[in-house]
Amino acid sequence: MENERYNLNKELAQMLKGGVIMDVTTPEQAVIAQEAGACAVMALERIPADIRAAGGVARMSDPKMIKEIQNAVSIPVMAKCRIGHFAEAQILEAIEIDYIDESEVLSPADDVYHIDKTKFKVPFVCGAKDLGEALRRISEGASMIRTKGEPGTGDIVQAVRHMRRMNNEIARLTSMREDELFNAAKELGVSYELVSYVHENGRLPVVNFAAGGVATPADAALMMQLGAEGVFVGSGIFKSGNPQKRAASIVKAVTNYNDVKLLAELSEDLGEAMVGINEQEIELLMSIRGESGER
Amino acid sequence: MKIAVLAVQGAFAEHEKMLSDLGAESIEIRKKSDLEQDFDGLILPGGESTVMGKLIRELGIFDCLREKIENGMPTLGTCAGLILMAKNIAGGESPHLATLPVTVKRNAYGRQLGSFTATEHVSGVGEMPLTFIRAPYVESVEKGVDIIATAGGKIVGVKYKNQIGVAFHPEVTKNTAFHEYFLKICAACLPSDAVQLSSNLPSL
Repeated sequence: MENERYNLNKELAQMLKGGVIMDVTTPEQAVIAQEAGACAVMALERIPADIRAAGGVARMSDPKMIKEIQNAVSIPVMAKCRIGHFAEAQILEAIEIDYIDESEVLSPADDVYHIDKTKFKVPFVCGAKDLGEALRRISEGASMIRTKGEPGTGDIVQAVRHMRRMNNEIARLTSMREDELFNAAKELGVSYELVSYVHENGRLPVVNFAAGGVATPADAALMMQLGAEGVFVGSGIFKSGNPQKRAASIVKAVTNYNDVKLLAELSEDLGEAMVGINEQEIELLMSIRGESGER
Repeated sequence: MKIAVLAVQGAFAEHEKMLSDLGAESIEIRKKSDLEQDFDGLILPGGESTVMGKLIRELGIFDCLREKIENGMPTLGTCAGLILMAKNIAGGESPHLATLPVTVKRNAYGRQLGSFTATEHVSGVGEMPLTFIRAPYVESVEKGVDIIATAGGKIVGVKYKNQIGVAFHPEVTKNTAFHEYFLKICAACLPSDAVQLSSNLPSL
């Protein structure tokens, strides 16, 4: 029975593939996102760029505001809880959220343990910088993975780094002899079964999206060509000059990420992109939250 | 046998895998020029119907798709695909291709917590596992529409001429029976000389 629920949750992520999930802070923005072709929205009080600017502790959004967004759109609504904050997750489950993002964008509530996501009926998406992190989150019950990237920067470099690293590590596992998988499982800190799945299938057992720093149709196409199965866009849309147009262009760029002529058209005349900050200029690295280690 | 799969968003890869396991070829429809190829059947997959409905219009696919379906192209719509085909959407939302004379109710079982599985008898297929993910159901059908599946007293599968619409996702299970059923319908629509040709092939 529990396994059935987990499968349904993985399958909802499959239905989101080839789509764009957009951060929204109001019902009005949610409607704009839906009309622009978002396959889901992420309801949050402040987009990552503003969380960065405001500083302080960032927490789960007000359930009232999330419910207003749920009532405004027909597409799935996601919301973020703090890493390890299972009480926030329980609250989000109580308002029947479609997906919980246990997210490094918010201030972590636990510096050791992530949420035991197997205890929940609603699905979870988690960020990962590499294969080990992705598989550890999946062991804990995540039914969807996204790159961490560096949220709220408009800088794609970290998402690219995380996606490439994940792909390299998957390729390495795929080329291993079977007797080497036991040690690989030990090194990654996950079960032999998960490692064996990746070895056989050459991919994660759940859907893998790109997130963190996507600001243009070209960024979205880049991540899709690198193997992302869809894209989260946070600050990139509603921090730009013409959110409607940019959102719709990113949606089409994700569908036709290999059609360069169309990508050129989609990139035209989008107005100002979010200003963005380079990774060397930021003081707070969100992507190292949750699990310590190298960037 | 070559089946076109609408690939603008959603779970199209799962249908392609199913088709390839059954020995059928598939092509992806992402833009207008993709529709210039010859194919023997069409699948509209699961995903978000608002996204797909918008993209097929803006990418110039809409008219050609509708024309092909109305001219008898065997078509299978699953979940969002069923919504794309439905003539009416409950609640007043504008319909999309509107080739299938039924009224569907979107998100009829509520949010993701309402998603479920069931095992039911499907006409022409037999008993099979059904997966419903934020699924619609068919509220009512017009004359000439056959009901091929129900679950919990609701209509979840219909057939009208060469169009099949289901609220569930046969593509996410390991059971290939439903796709075999669809490929049989596609085969029956092939011109008679092509049927002969395909019957000489080792599979489909």
